[in-house]
Parts: sequence; structure tokens; C-alpha cells
Amino acid sequence: MDALTTFLLRWQSFLAENGPDFAAALWVTIRISMVAIVCGLILGFAAELGRRICPWLRRPVACYVEFFRGTPLLIQLYLLYYGGPRVGIVLDAEPAGMLGMSLYAAAYFCEIFRAGFESIPEGQREAAHCLGIRPWRRLWRIELPQMAQIVLPPAVNQIITLIKDSAVLSIITVAELTKTATRIMNISFEIVMPLCLLALLYWIISEAVAVVSGKAEARLTRHLTR
Amino acid sequence: MNEVGFILSIMPGLLHGAITSVFVALAAISLGIILGITVCQMRRSQYWPLVRAAGLYISFLRGIPVLVILFLLFYMPSAVNIEVPSLLVAVLALGLNTSAFQAEIYRGGFNSIPAGQIEAAKALGLSRMRILTRIQLPQVLSLTGPELVNEFIILFKNSSLISVIGVTELMRRSEQLVSTTYKPVEVYLAAAIIYLALCLIISRLGERLKGKH
Repeated sequence: MDALTTFLLRWQSFLAENGPDFAAALWVTIRISMVAIVCGLILGFAAELGRRICPWLRRPVACYVEFFRGTPLLIQLYLLYYGGPRVGIVLDAEPAGMLGMSLYAAAYFCEIFRAGFESIPEGQREAAHCLGIRPWRRLWRIELPQMAQIVLPPAVNQIITLIKDSAVLSIITVAELTKTATRIMNISFEIVMPLCLLALLYWIISEAVAVVSGKAEARLTRHLTR
Repeated sequence: MNEVGFILSIMPGLLHGAITSVFVALAAISLGIILGITVCQMRRSQYWPLVRAAGLYISFLRGIPVLVILFLLFYMPSAVNIEVPSLLVAVLALGLNTSAFQAEIYRGGFNSIPAGQIEAAKALGLSRMRILTRIQLPQVLSLTGPELVNEFIILFKNSSLISVIGVTELMRRSEQLVSTTYKPVEVYLAAAIIYLALCLIISRLGERLKGKH
């Protein structure tokens, strides 16, 4: 009983002292992840659409996707953050992280959208064309609703992966969750508590995103399942 | 032209690091295959404590970043004054991470084997272990081959993170080169090209494997 009380007291004092720091860091992680996810989705979709519309974009987009999917995020961040100033791109750690993560995310989302577009039979596009349906309307009314089932599950997986990948930003000194936890470890000489809290927070975020997006997925694809 | 000469001059050092990267990745994927199959079997067993434990294992290790697993394994032992070599920590962390993802991959593979096969094997008097190693695993491994190759590529890219705990692999090598040459663009681009080339090689090998079955 005594051991339990000391244990709880230690956690209480740890949380009272470092709780606000962790909360602030959690917000940084969420903020960066959200920016990366939104920008990545837009950029990835634009890249995929561009490559479908203009044939001369095919090669550059393929190279882009291959480079960002074939190299570790860490090296991309290093190139941007440490290599950027050499070519005139000077960014603070956080904007650099956001930009790097967005570019990285876009490559993955682009491939996910490609699989979505490829799942739709060519005949439907031809039929829409013959019926005089404009390309934008065709995209919005015919292609996107059917793509949902193919695109959503891998997209959700990718979103969770991106949130976890944001831990890598700690290496280029962005003050997100992982960086904050290691900083607290260094100043308080506590090892177990910051690390456990860190792992727990990521676990909760991942599970929460999985549950919420599972519900959203069911809702967005109900026109296909019923 | 000067840049090309410089990149060529640092290549041997970087490739030396790349060998360590590949070695660590291979060790981790082997550990991941063994652990992944074990956890998957636990998840599919009929004893609920095993199922729960496997579920928790998969959910936790899939839910936290590789970097955090790495820190947990690197710093936790030092809290109780145990020194673990960082190379071992690296292999363990990457292996644990991939094992959770692999367990999910194998689950799909095991589920796709018709139940009739297992029933037939049981009726023929094959032992459980024999059914697993002779009937289920060969099919599961060939079915999940492409996904395993994909997982290996992810793992290989994640191996860049072990530079943080001081393993001198490709990433760490390039950091060292940058700190002596002050040419981050050239060095990191060269390292990126090596990562890219190795990833392409892995996926090509994977395609060849797929063609064989």
C-alpha cells in the first residue's frame, strides 16, 4: 500500500510539474500532423490529377513519388533543414518540419489516389464523355464517390503513420511530443515517467484516430455498402 | 563537375554505413518474422488471455512511433543500471515494431487458407506443429510475400532512425561527413540516392519472388 502511495505521489508531482509542457507539445504534434495531412492530401490529389490530365507531367510526378517514398523522412528533413540554407531556403525548425512532412505525405497520398482512380473502369469515363458530362462533374459525381471505398482505408492508415512519423521532427529540434519528453528527461533526470507518458500519449492518439476514422469511413462509404 | 567528384569521394564511406543499415534491417526483419508469426498464432488461439495479450501487443507497438520504441529500449534499461549495446537495441526496436505489423499481415494470410485443409490434415493425424510448418506457413508466406517486401522497405527506411542512438549506419555516417566537410546538400543527396537505390533493389527482388510462385 505504501509503495502504491509513493508511486502515485511521484506521478502526481511529475504531472503537476510537466503536465503543461506535455499538453503544449501535444498541441504542436497535432498541429504539425494536421497541416501535413491536409497539405499532403491536397498536393497528392493535385499531383495525381495533374498526371492524369497532362501526359508530360507523368514523369516528373513519378520521380517525385519515387524519391519521397524511397528515402527516409529523416533524410528529407535534413536536406530541407540543413541543406536548404545553402540553396536559399531558410526556415525555422517547425515550418521546415511542416513543409517536409507535407511533401512526404503528398507522395504517399498520390499513390493512394492513383489506386483509387485505377479502380474505376475506363468504360465509365467513356460513357460519361458520350453523355456530355463535363470532366469536373464526372470527377465529383462519378469517380470520387466510387473511389471512397478504395481510398479511405489506406488513407486512414497513412494518416496514423504520419502522426507517428511526426516524432522524427524531434531530431531537427521541433518542440513536439518526443522532443519535449527527451528534454524533460535531460533536465529532471527522470527516465521512466516521461517515456511512459510519451508512449501512452501516442498510443491514445493512434487508437483515437483509428476509432474515429473507422466511424467516418462507414459513413462515407454507406452509399456503396447498402 | 567538382560536386560529382566530391560525391564520388565520399561514396565508399557512405556505402560502408549502408552495409550496417542493411545488416541491421535483415536482423530486425528476421526477428520480426519469428515474433510476428508467434504473436499471430497467439491472436488466433482459443485461449482468451493469449488473444488479449496479442491484441494489446499489436495495438501498442503499432500505436507508437519507432523512435519512441527506440528510446524506450535505449533509456529504460539504464534506469535500472543495465547497459545494453546500441546495436542490439536497434535490432530489437525495429524488430518489435515490424513484428506487430507483420502479425496483422499474417492474420490475413492464415484466414485465407480454407478450413477444410486444416480439417483434412487433422483427420490424417498430422500434429499441430506439422500442420503449421508444413501446410499453413508455406502458403501464408507466399500469399503475404508482396506485403512482407513492402514491410521490409518501410523497415529499411526506419533504420535511418537508429543513428539517433549512435549506431554508425548510413545516416550517422552522412552526419559525420557533413560535420567534417560542411556540405550538407551533397552528402545528404548522396545518402538519399543510396537509400533510393537500395529500396528499388528490394522491391525488384520482391517482384521476382512474386513471379516465382
